[in-house]
Amino acid sequence: MNRQSRFVISVLSFGYAFLYVPLILVIVYSFNDSRIATIWGGFSTRWYGELLRNDQILDAALLSLTIAATSATGATILGTMAGLVLARFGRFKGRTLFAGMISSPMVMPEVITGLSLLLLFVTLQQLTGWPAQRGFSTITIAHTTFSMAYVAVIVQSRLVAMDESLEEAAMDLGGRPLRVVFDITLPLIAPAMVAGWLLSFTLSLDDLVIASFVSGPGSTTLPMYIFSKVKLGVSPDINALATIIIVTVSIGVAIAWLVGRHVNKPR
Amino acid sequence: MSAVSSKRDQVWRNIAVATPYLWLLVFFLAPFAIILKISLADPVIAQPPFTPTFDDQGRIAASVDSFRFLLTDKLYAITYVRSVVMAAAATILCLALGFPMAYGIARSSASVRSLLLLLIVLPFWISFLLRVYAWMGLMNNYGVINNFLMWLGVIDSPIQIMYTDFAVFVGLAYSYLPFMILPLYATLERMDISLVEAAQDLGASRTRAFWDVTWPLAKPGVIAGCLLVFIPAMGEYVIPYLLGGPESLLIGRVLFDEFFVNRDWPLASAVAIVLLILLVVPIVLLQRYQARDQENTA
Repeated sequence: MNRQSRFVISVLSFGYAFLYVPLILVIVYSFNDSRIATIWGGFSTRWYGELLRNDQILDAALLSLTIAATSATGATILGTMAGLVLARFGRFKGRTLFAGMISSPMVMPEVITGLSLLLLFVTLQQLTGWPAQRGFSTITIAHTTFSMAYVAVIVQSRLVAMDESLEEAAMDLGGRPLRVVFDITLPLIAPAMVAGWLLSFTLSLDDLVIASFVSGPGSTTLPMYIFSKVKLGVSPDINALATIIIVTVSIGVAIAWLVGRHVNKPR
Repeated sequence: MSAVSSKRDQVWRNIAVATPYLWLLVFFLAPFAIILKISLADPVIAQPPFTPTFDDQGRIAASVDSFRFLLTDKLYAITYVRSVVMAAAATILCLALGFPMAYGIARSSASVRSLLLLLIVLPFWISFLLRVYAWMGLMNNYGVINNFLMWLGVIDSPIQIMYTDFAVFVGLAYSYLPFMILPLYATLERMDISLVEAAQDLGASRTRAFWDVTWPLAKPGVIAGCLLVFIPAMGEYVIPYLLGGPESLLIGRVLFDEFFVNRDWPLASAVAIVLLILLVVPIVLLQRYQARDQENTA
């Protein structure tokens, strides 16, 4: 293979160390017995036990997971429709605005998205009485809105890369367009939909800023709970929680990678 | 095909367009009109805390006081400038680190490459908040970096790293580095390496070949990567809050505090509008790049 210059190799090593040393240290310190999180007081797993006894964390995690699953499902449905429309429907009135609205939520700073959605919900409540309370439903709507953009882009690029001939053949054989969509197109883009759902799920679990804006009293998501704790400084049970998340995600991504490599292997 | 069934298909087609379209109109576009409307109201102590758009006689009651306040109070101008400088500095560090990394990944052997890429993407799936949090334990006065430096004997007493602009700068670069590497990798991987070899065969030095061949070809990736780091960094709230000090204010945090602490909704809306105006050019540039990229790969 190509020789890599010494410069490139040293920057690569530094870059990966920069990305991963902080995470590894969090994992190490989660097994620290000392309450003062930065002084080593011996090995212990007691923070994990305390985590499991903390009802607030468990409630927040449950709320976050429910919101993530609901909004990811909504985003996958709406985003798949949008991706299909953009890739296969050709030109129609208002397409430019549509394409712009799909790509904008991904680059919009979170504080602006959060503020704008909250002001919308407040205005809607004044006009229609809905939403009477902010919480699960408003956070789910907010997450669906920004996640569907990601799903749309993933589905669209999959469709653009895909040959239209299968769909055309089905049509030529007399298949009605709707049947063709359900029998041919959807099975073909299913992997893109799964990827979109997983990404939406993660984005929703990750979001702090937008949820803080559109949430109401009594609805604390996991990131909101973590943020309220780490504002005050490093805390050992958050180290334990971070470790659980880092390890779970890494195992999941590693499995997906190994499976993908196996599937993509040239035969 | 019978007329009836094609009519039914047309109905389904319209539903497929209308559903996501309406959703985005209501939950994405309409909110911006509302931000604009509220930025032109006056704050009052009420629920909700701003004056109505129409007064008792049904006349439009718009006021530009919030914008006037933004323009006259130096704090806001300084904060906007600080945000631009900070986001630009983080973008430059990401580019300086990300370019050689993307180059190295693109030139490595196929089996190593997919693992290296995986390690770039992995942080995306780990909570952003927790990755920022990880730096708190590092940069603390009694954190890993200070302990390490004292152990080496470089310093006698802890130096202040947390709650400084430097901490925010490092935090921004750390969090957004993958956003820089991925588009850079995509362009560098597509690049024809024989062009560089040809330049070197014709007598160009390594540096010369880089600046005359590699860099111009990599430019679309450089632009996309820089915009993908700069735009979100401009509005960042979590990083300046957790790692920055009370005086390292960035505009995202000012907006948040104006809204939640001072409960001045019109002013927060005005701050958002001005931030959006500052970001219109980079956002449009990025969208144009991405549209072109999508055509190229198709």
